[in-house]
Amino acid sequence: MTARRAWWKTVLGLVFTGIMLFPVYWMFNVSLTQTSDLRSSPPHWFPWAPTFEGYATALDQQLPALGTSLLIGLSTVVLTVLIAAPAGYAIALLNLRGGRVLSFGLIVAQMIPAVVMAMGFYAIYVRLGLLNTVGGLILANSTIAVPFGVLLYTAFMAGMPKELLQAARVDGAGAWRTFISVVLPVSRNSTITVALFAFLWAWSDFIFASTLNRNGDMIPITLSIYQYIGNNTTQWNAIMATAVVASIPATVLLVLAQRYVAAGVTAGSVKD
Amino acid sequence: MTTLADTKAGRGSTGGAGSDVPPAPPEKLRRRRPHGAQWAAIGFAAPLLAYLAMFYAYPLWRNIDLSTHDYNIRAFVQGDADFVGWQNYAEIFSSSLFAQALANTAFFTIVSIAFQFSLGLALAVFFRNYFPLSAPLRALFLMPWLLPLIVSASTWSWMLNSENGIVNSFLGAFGIGQINWLTSPETALLSVTLANIWLGIPFNLVILYSGLQNIPDDVYEAASLDGAGAWRQFWSITFPLLRPVSAITLLLGLVYTLKVVDVIWVMTAGGPGSSTTTLAIWSYREAFGTGQPDFSPAAAVGNILILVALLFGVLHLQLQRRQEAR
Repeated sequence: MTARRAWWKTVLGLVFTGIMLFPVYWMFNVSLTQTSDLRSSPPHWFPWAPTFEGYATALDQQLPALGTSLLIGLSTVVLTVLIAAPAGYAIALLNLRGGRVLSFGLIVAQMIPAVVMAMGFYAIYVRLGLLNTVGGLILANSTIAVPFGVLLYTAFMAGMPKELLQAARVDGAGAWRTFISVVLPVSRNSTITVALFAFLWAWSDFIFASTLNRNGDMIPITLSIYQYIGNNTTQWNAIMATAVVASIPATVLLVLAQRYVAAGVTAGSVKD
Repeated sequence: MTTLADTKAGRGSTGGAGSDVPPAPPEKLRRRRPHGAQWAAIGFAAPLLAYLAMFYAYPLWRNIDLSTHDYNIRAFVQGDADFVGWQNYAEIFSSSLFAQALANTAFFTIVSIAFQFSLGLALAVFFRNYFPLSAPLRALFLMPWLLPLIVSASTWSWMLNSENGIVNSFLGAFGIGQINWLTSPETALLSVTLANIWLGIPFNLVILYSGLQNIPDDVYEAASLDGAGAWRQFWSITFPLLRPVSAITLLLGLVYTLKVVDVIWVMTAGGPGSSTTTLAIWSYREAFGTGQPDFSPAAAVGNILILVALLFGVLHLQLQRRQEAR
């Protein structure tokens, strides 16, 4: 009886998931549709005669942009962790004076609209010659993840067993040594979570890319898709193929690291 | 795939959250601590402090500077714009676009959040039941939230396309004629809101689900023994006990939705006319959306958004304090 009821719920769950993921399926479906079938009415519910021409076009034209996005994503991760981990350590374990005020500042920082940041950055980058550079974009993208990273590290490190740190002190380790050989290794999960989010946010950024790197030689994939839509409104299979390819990191990370994703969403926003 | 234990471990990893920001040591203790320790703390925080000064404080200051001067692209490079004080703000408030942008922002935000939250909550309650495949299906729900916004927005654009879109084709099967979802002013705002609701459901689901995990099972068992049905249990247990988590979810949703640009920009660019122009879109369009950047009014609109964000920042802190006191 209970087993049968449970299966009934599974069916319902499958239906809900199906409805929710329909747009994702549709993106996939269109990406495999032949150009001649794109305008057919009604549209085909399944890719009848799947073609990879969309993917061929996409990869042919979008590979450099994908590479740029990868570079930006990974660099943003490194920058974010380098700044956030020591700061979390200072606030959570070294009792940094003013740590509470700083944490509040970081919460507020997360609420500042990206469009506002983009204008400020534009004003600065014009002078510094950082407009249309990948480096400028990495710096700008990291502002999304750094406050989140510091708050997450702080929350995690504050819950670290005090015995661990005392043991290190007894062994004569200073603050730096304790950080490198005790705190960082124990915080591995936090590092994974921070890195995951920093990468995803940098990978999906559109606002900074479209304002700070609009005319660059190396543009990220999001901007490339946007320009593609403008230039190429007929080739939706290629656009959707690019979209599918651009979604791969999210999909891979979802499968590999979903528990960190759930952890990251709730971190710092909800008290467990 | 995720098991319950996985999720717990996941939450545990952030779960220092339990103690959150460490309580400041009493003043006396602090004074006795050698200065060296405080210097070490400052040393470790130094990169962050420098970073915040350079990449938050300075851009924000530049933004205030922009909003009180009359900058155009030439003055921008030469740095000799006239100081105009509140004039940009006065122009914003008296602009005919202001009322519409405000109304659009309110509609977009309130409708998005109402649906994201209620659907997210319903799904969280549904997935609280353990049934075969519940964990992997719940994980799949995260997908829309992880995809680059530009990808989701272009997919929705294509689905809502007037002539070849699947939505119109589907409705056509029920005899509903062609709807120009994105190109008619009557439906454009509804369309972008619809896409945004879809985007926000996973976030609400995850936070509310984790909130549900913290309600002990025996409360439900006791209620069940007392003969409370599912509906009664929801209103008498789940809803009240989830209130603190709900409050934060709604607040974060509000802050995120207020600043949405990419979804609307990709789907309609604020149009047709100004039917989907929110405050954030207005700011983006003035600064970057036309061939002629007009940074000063854009910055003024942006600063209004920051004020709203600050207000909610304070609210957020109050909520967290109250939860800590719990």
